[in-house]
Amino acid sequence: MGVLPGTSPEASADEGFGLALRGLSVAYGAHTILRDLSLDVPAGSTTCLLGPSGIGKSTLLRRVAGLIDGPGTVQATDGKPLAGRVALMGQGDGLLPWLNALDNVLLGSRLRGERADRDRGLAMLARVGLADAAASRPATLSGGMRQRVALARTLMEDCPLVLMDEPFSAVDALTRLRLQDLAAEMLAGRTVLMVTHDPWEAIRISHAITVMTGDPATISLTLEPDGQTPRAIDTDTARDHWRELMDALGEMA
Amino acid sequence: MSRLLTAVVTTFVLLGLWQGYVWLSGIEPFLLPGPIAVIETLIARHELILRHLGTTAQEIVLGLLIGSALGVAAAILIHAIPAARRIGLPLLVISQAVPVFALAPLLVLWLGYGLWSKVAMAVLIIFFPVTTAFLDGLRRTEPGMLDLASIMSATLSPFRRTVALMLHVRIPAALPALASGLRVATGVAPIGAVVGEWVGSSAGLGYLMLHANGRMQIDLLFAALFVLALFSVLLWLSVDALLRRALPWQPDSFAR
Repeated sequence: MGVLPGTSPEASADEGFGLALRGLSVAYGAHTILRDLSLDVPAGSTTCLLGPSGIGKSTLLRRVAGLIDGPGTVQATDGKPLAGRVALMGQGDGLLPWLNALDNVLLGSRLRGERADRDRGLAMLARVGLADAAASRPATLSGGMRQRVALARTLMEDCPLVLMDEPFSAVDALTRLRLQDLAAEMLAGRTVLMVTHDPWEAIRISHAITVMTGDPATISLTLEPDGQTPRAIDTDTARDHWRELMDALGEMA
Repeated sequence: MSRLLTAVVTTFVLLGLWQGYVWLSGIEPFLLPGPIAVIETLIARHELILRHLGTTAQEIVLGLLIGSALGVAAAILIHAIPAARRIGLPLLVISQAVPVFALAPLLVLWLGYGLWSKVAMAVLIIFFPVTTAFLDGLRRTEPGMLDLASIMSATLSPFRRTVALMLHVRIPAALPALASGLRVATGVAPIGAVVGEWVGSSAGLGYLMLHANGRMQIDLLFAALFVLALFSVLLWLSVDALLRRALPWQPDSFAR
């Protein structure tokens, strides 16, 4: 795999930073979703937030991204502001249907009024295996291809911190495995905070797994599986992890 | 092809019934002329009818252009500026609650007998569907897209960020809604122009119809009406085709 400008792990490791979340609370109306939640996200590794649907995982992610406000602090461990150093990959692909794949990848620079680096955009598409689809509109691509375009767009932003909100939940099982491999490979060296409801996904690609349960949500377990990601999930260790995670998730019921 | 055939057959059956009634009942031609008489008048007086069509078409097209531009601008202002929303939204509803037909004499008084009072009528009638449709579109941008774009533009000043989101995300995402508004507008624009001509004018198909009616030239009235309807349908079809070409990414399907 060739090294592209701004995509090498070394380049992002230089400016890598972790996150310190302290006392975060979020309420929608009378309903408190998060109360006084604290979490450390180590630099340069992937942390998974695992929890059942509706627990407030996405809310936490949106709070970290600065999309909603509330009590508590979200700080980068290097003390600098987060703005401009965060990329988001959401539940849907979030592709703009009127732009082709390449222009979707270049969306960030368009929004900021910068000159769009088309060559780098094409190289990103090539890295996710979609060099031929640069001129295709999202509607003509399959769900898996659209998620790969979204991944290329995320990488194009070249941010040290990447927030992912169940990015592969809308594709079939096999495509999901491939996308997890691709994401693990391409996001290596960056700080990733990913939200998922799928224990297998968490075991497969994260360095640390944090389980969220309860209402308002609290952290009930933190697990750090050994070894390299993406991890095989047909091992005894993986199955043990799975059981442990399921137990932790089950406590809320 | 079979759809075209159905349309042609239906048209001829209806025209045949109409002509048959005229022949059998012996009704006076100044009350109800048959389709053959109407077609004869259409051919004999086509120069007159086309001249008046020119006036009406000009009013309709100008009204559409100006009304759409104002509607688009109003929707963006109402969406983007809280003060404009507080003042603009009630005004928008009130503007539609006042019957445009009641305003027609006033507009003729203010803007004169010529083109502009009719253009103003068309603008008044078009403005509401365009504004509401586009505003709805602007309000319904998919939250996922906005989240993403907000994060990507986090380093911009709040003003530049709002503008960037508007230009690159909200407005393009709202274009299909705007297209719906423009289709409605194209359908109702001729009403505005013709009502304006009825209230006071010296040219246009509306004027010609009123004039012919007053002189019992019902065949001419029908001929003018036919041309107006044909023009309106063709205008709508062209606008519809243009909009579909302009928005090729919009899913487009009828019931199967």
